[in-house]
Amino acid sequence: MASKKFILGIFGDEDILLEAVPAIQEKGVKIHDVFTPFPIHGLDTAMGLRESKLHTAGFIFGITGTSIAFGFMTWANTFNWRTNFGGKPFWYVPGYIPITFELTVLMAAAGMVATFLYLCRLAPGVEKIIMDPRQTDDKMVVAIEIDEHSDVAAITVALKTAGAEEVNEKHIDNWYRYKIM
Amino acid sequence: MSFKESALREPLIEGNKTYKDVTEDICGPTDGAPGKEWWILFVISVALLMYGAFCVTWFVYFGIGTWGSNKTVGWAWDITNFVWWIGIGHAGTLISAILLLFRQKWRTGVNRAAEAMTIFAVMCAGMFPVLHMGRVWMGFFILPYPNTRGPLWPNFVSPLLWDVFAISTYFSVSLMFWYTGLIPDIATLRDRAKSAFRKKFYGVLSFGWTGSAKHWQRHEALSLVLAGLSTPLVLSVHTIVSFDFATSVIPGWHTTIFPPYFVAGAIFSGFAMVLTLMIMTRRILHLEEYITMSHIDSMNRIITLTGSIVGVAYLTELFTAWYSGNLYEQYAFANRALGPYWWSCWGMMFCNVVSPQLFWSGKIRRSIFWTFFLSVVVNIGMWFERFVIIVTSLHRDYLPSSWTMYSPTWVEVGFYLGTFGLFFTLYLLFAKFFPVIAVAEIKSVLKTAGENPARTAELKAIQDKANQVDGVAVA
Repeated sequence: MASKKFILGIFGDEDILLEAVPAIQEKGVKIHDVFTPFPIHGLDTAMGLRESKLHTAGFIFGITGTSIAFGFMTWANTFNWRTNFGGKPFWYVPGYIPITFELTVLMAAAGMVATFLYLCRLAPGVEKIIMDPRQTDDKMVVAIEIDEHSDVAAITVALKTAGAEEVNEKHIDNWYRYKIM
Repeated sequence: MSFKESALREPLIEGNKTYKDVTEDICGPTDGAPGKEWWILFVISVALLMYGAFCVTWFVYFGIGTWGSNKTVGWAWDITNFVWWIGIGHAGTLISAILLLFRQKWRTGVNRAAEAMTIFAVMCAGMFPVLHMGRVWMGFFILPYPNTRGPLWPNFVSPLLWDVFAISTYFSVSLMFWYTGLIPDIATLRDRAKSAFRKKFYGVLSFGWTGSAKHWQRHEALSLVLAGLSTPLVLSVHTIVSFDFATSVIPGWHTTIFPPYFVAGAIFSGFAMVLTLMIMTRRILHLEEYITMSHIDSMNRIITLTGSIVGVAYLTELFTAWYSGNLYEQYAFANRALGPYWWSCWGMMFCNVVSPQLFWSGKIRRSIFWTFFLSVVVNIGMWFERFVIIVTSLHRDYLPSSWTMYSPTWVEVGFYLGTFGLFFTLYLLFAKFFPVIAVAEIKSVLKTAGENPARTAELKAIQDKANQVDGVAVA
C-alpha cells in the first residue's frame, strides 16, 4: 500500500489533551502519535510510552571517556615514554583527574546527543511528514492511523467528545519516502 | 504565629499571550529585512572584525615581537583578554544548566541568547592563547598525537594542557546543548516560513523535527542530563583557568582561594554581559514582554551576590598576604595598590566591589538605565581584575634588575577590538536569523508563569482569604 491515511484531532490546550489521550485510548482507538509544539509533562505516561533509556547511553559513553582518558595517560606516561615533569611520579593520578573529568563529560554529552539524533532519526536535511503545520506553533495534533476497516465516524466522535477543536483527515502518498516517526 | 504572606509572583511573560502570540512575537523579527539599528551595529561590528583580522595577520606575519609583552611580563594583554572572555562565557551555561536544575522558570526568557553569547565568547577567548603561541601553524603540538619525537606526549599534569581539554570540551558541550535546544524552535520557523528558500534553509537546520511525543520525551531527558553534565563542567572550566595561575610560584598567584574566586568572578562578569546584551536586544526586537523587569531584577540579584563574593575574595587575599608573613606576597599586594599600576587596582575595587552594591536598592535593580550602566562598569572592572592579577604580579620580578613596565601596542589593542567585532557580528547574525528566546520553553511555562488576569484574580481571592484567616495573628 503506497498511501497512508490519518485522522487528526487538533487540540488547543494541553490540559484538555492530557485528559483526552487516555479517554480516546479507552475507546479502543490506537493513537499513532501526538505532535506538540512544546514538551508536555505527563503526555508520555498518558500515551503509555516506555521511559527513555537515553540516560543509560549517556552513562556508558561517559564511562568510556573516563577509561580512554585515564588509560591513555597511564599508558603514555608509564609504558610508552616516561617523562620527568618536575620530579613528580610518572604515574601521577591526582594530576590526571582534570583531563579524565573533561573527557568523561565530552564523551557522555557527544554520545548522548548522537544517540538522541539517531533514535529520533534527526539529521540535517531530513524531511518528515508534518501532519499539520500548526503542530510546531500553537496546536497539539493527535494522529490516528486508519485503513478501510476503521470506523472513521466512531473515531471522529471519540476525538470530538474528548475536546478536539477540529478533526481532519490526512492522506500521505508514497509514505515510504518519509520516516513517519 | 506571625508571618507575611508573599505577594503573588510577577508574571514572567506579560500581556496575556496565547501560544500563537508567542510564536509570532519571537519569530517575527526573523522575517523581512532588519531595522536601521541592526544595520548600524552590524556595520560597526564587521568593521571591527576586519580591523582585528588585519592586526592578527600583521602579528602572525611579523611575529609576536610586535606585542608589548616582554621577558618579565610574558603574559599580558592576551591572557587578560582570554580570561576576560572565558569569564563572560560562563553565564550562558550557568543560566541554562544550573538554573534548569534549580527549576528557575525565569531562565526561559534569557537562556537561548545567553547560551549563544557563551559560545561566541568562548570562540573569542580561544583565539588569545592559540595566537599567543606565535607560530600558530604549530598549534597542533599541544594535542596528544603520535609523533616522531619519541613520541613525546604533552605534559598531562600541566594546567595549561588541562585548559586545552577544558575549553574545547566546554565549547563542544555548550554548542551541542544550545543546538539541540534550538532544533524545535527552528522547526517552528520552518513551518511558518512563506518563501521556498526559507522553508529549505530552516528545513535543513531543523533536522526534520516534528514534535512527536516520543521525541519530546527523549529531548527532555537529554536536556536534563546535559544540564547535569554542564553544571560541574562550567565550574571546572574556570577552576582550571585559575590553576594556570594558582599552581605557579608567582607571589599574588599562588593562592588556594583562586578557583572559587575565579568562578564567582566569571559568573559575575557573564551576567553583566548578558544584561548589556539583553537590554539592547529587548529594545531592538521589542521583546519587553518576554524579558521583563522581573528578569532584569533576578539577574541583578545574582550580580550582587557574585560581586559580593568577589569582594570578599579580594579582602581575603589582602588579609592572607599580610597574615602569611611572606614578604614577597606582602610586597605583591602593596605594589598592586600603591605601585605604578595603582589605577588598575583601584579601578577594579571600585567597579567590582563598590558599584554592584548599588543593586541592594530595588529602584536601581529595576532601572534600565542603571542596570545597563552598571553592567558595563562591571565588565570594565572584571577586565581590570585580570589585568591586575596578571601584569602587576609579573612586572616586578624577584630580581629588581628584571623590573619592567608593560603597555599594549596598537596590534594588541586591534586584536582585542577584533574579538569584539567577532562577538557582536555573530550575535547580530544569530539575533537576525534565529529566535533569541526559547519559543518552546516559553510556551511550556506560559500557563503557569504568563500573565492571565482571570487566573490572577482567582489566586488573589484565595490569598486574600488566607490572609484574612491569619489576619488576627498577623496584626
